[in-house]
Amino acid sequence: MEKQSIEQLQKIASQVRRDILRMVHAVQSGHPGASLGCTEFFVALYFNQLNHNPDFKMDGKGEDLFFLSNGHISPVWYSVLSRSGYFSPEEMSTFRKLNSRLQGHPATEEGLPGIRIASGSLGQGMSVAIGAAQAKKINGDDSTVYVLMGDGEQEEGQVWEAAMYAAHWKVDNLIATIDLNRQQIDGPTKEIMDLIDLRAKYEAFGWEVVDTLEGNNMSSVLEGLEKAKYMSSQGKPVLNLLHTEMGYGVDFMVGTHKWHGVAPNDEQLADALGQLAETLGDY
Amino acid sequence: MENTLDLKFTYTDKKDTRSGFGDGLLEAGRRNPNVVGLCADLIGSLKMGAFQKEFPERFFQTGIAEANMMGIAAGLTIGGKIPFTGTFANFSTGRVYDQIRQSIAYSGKNVKICASHAGLTLGEDGATHQILEDLGMMKMLPHMTVINPCDYNQTKAATLAIAEHEGPVYLRFGRPVWPIFTPANQKFEIGKAWKMIDGKDVTIFATGHLVWEAVIAEAMLREEGISAEVINIHTIKPLDTEAILDSVAKTGCAVSAEEHQYNGGLGDSIAQTLARHHPAPMEYVGVDDSFGESGTPTQLLEKYGLNAANIVKAVKKVLERK
Repeated sequence: MEKQSIEQLQKIASQVRRDILRMVHAVQSGHPGASLGCTEFFVALYFNQLNHNPDFKMDGKGEDLFFLSNGHISPVWYSVLSRSGYFSPEEMSTFRKLNSRLQGHPATEEGLPGIRIASGSLGQGMSVAIGAAQAKKINGDDSTVYVLMGDGEQEEGQVWEAAMYAAHWKVDNLIATIDLNRQQIDGPTKEIMDLIDLRAKYEAFGWEVVDTLEGNNMSSVLEGLEKAKYMSSQGKPVLNLLHTEMGYGVDFMVGTHKWHGVAPNDEQLADALGQLAETLGDY
Repeated sequence: MENTLDLKFTYTDKKDTRSGFGDGLLEAGRRNPNVVGLCADLIGSLKMGAFQKEFPERFFQTGIAEANMMGIAAGLTIGGKIPFTGTFANFSTGRVYDQIRQSIAYSGKNVKICASHAGLTLGEDGATHQILEDLGMMKMLPHMTVINPCDYNQTKAATLAIAEHEGPVYLRFGRPVWPIFTPANQKFEIGKAWKMIDGKDVTIFATGHLVWEAVIAEAMLREEGISAEVINIHTIKPLDTEAILDSVAKTGCAVSAEEHQYNGGLGDSIAQTLARHHPAPMEYVGVDDSFGESGTPTQLLEKYGLNAANIVKAVKKVLERK
């Protein structure tokens, strides 16, 4: 795919945020908070960074692969997948409804293009990404494998099994990103389970670590991804610490965990959409 | 006792079923370059050393981290690999149930979960390692194929067969040295029960190590004038319901025999089949809602009622209910 400019990416991000809110509003369920917070990351990845083909093939031979470990932020992924051509944007109207391919959490069972593994039960995505990355190495495919995890998800033990493994076996075609929004369902991570210093933890595990300090600033996100890519293939897996604000882009949703899994009502939706330009046409 | 009986199947050699897996894996690796192995720090116990030595670039040591191993296996399938994971049955199932459920079964990934040291015959290590619930857990998962072969030869054949089968598989085998009474180089058909001995009074449906006990039981019963049919159910899922119903239509009653809890095992699958299609008296030979303990395999099979003598008892009981 052609790489989009920052200006174009910002326009796409505005539409993606509209898609997220409209999907979640329509079924009054889903997870808007971190979806909005990760919008710049997803847009930068799919419209600029990834070498990928919307004519979906499960094996992704010769393509960069992306895995979403924190599957509950499916709305942002579905929007970006459809807006980049994996399936028709119209299909977003089926999100979380009976007989839909757009399940509450991403799944392969219904054959939605772009999804390579089910996720939602946390802690599993990095292991899967490692396997996919190692298969690429055996196959002589020098593409990169990306995975996104939540920060609360770092509380799952499997993440650290995977972190240890990736460094030990030099899985250096892997770029993991953590959505560092400092919130989880029951409150701020600092209160629920303090992550303290993720950079120090991953470095101690043998990783290269990049900080993307402005995870909701498109040029900063691009810079972080490019830096991570540059640091890859040098014997170490790379971690991108993406500092984001939950609910970014909507003034009454930003910076709180209140909108983790809550849908806006009619008035709130109208208010939110008023803050986001319709750049690609609503589905 | 075996020596004085007129057995329909005999043996000249004994080996552990896990060696059948190890030898089968090596051959599968030679036949197909996409076959890869993963092990969580139990290469010797799983007999995966020969594969690792011959195909080091296709072998992944995960350390003692089974959850990660299952996820990596799922990921490897995406690049077209056919991963065989190896660890004890306990750590292949209960410890990683959610990883298998989401990343392998629900995601329809072509992972072969190969599980050794299943059941009581693990022996002296005791109940922490003697899983007796694994067949139940695995057969409940949609998309999962569940196989429990009976001896070295059948385990080797099953290992080769699952390499050619598309989809997630749970392959269960064990630690003890056990008679090799099925043919070498046999064809293994997933989902196809094997009628080993014809009979007319009762059908014994056996799986895993207890198939051998069923062969002994048949000879013991024959001495008393009871004609038992012995069917080897190596594939617990998909279950060969046609073979089960055909046999019970003839014999009119059934006994299941397995190294597993009554709850959730082969017996339950047979009972469900009979209840739905052809109600008939049935008895279970298995573990009745308890954990195991330390001891030799023979001692444990006797104490928990899982040997030929107990199959004979169950047959007599079920015949009275006919």
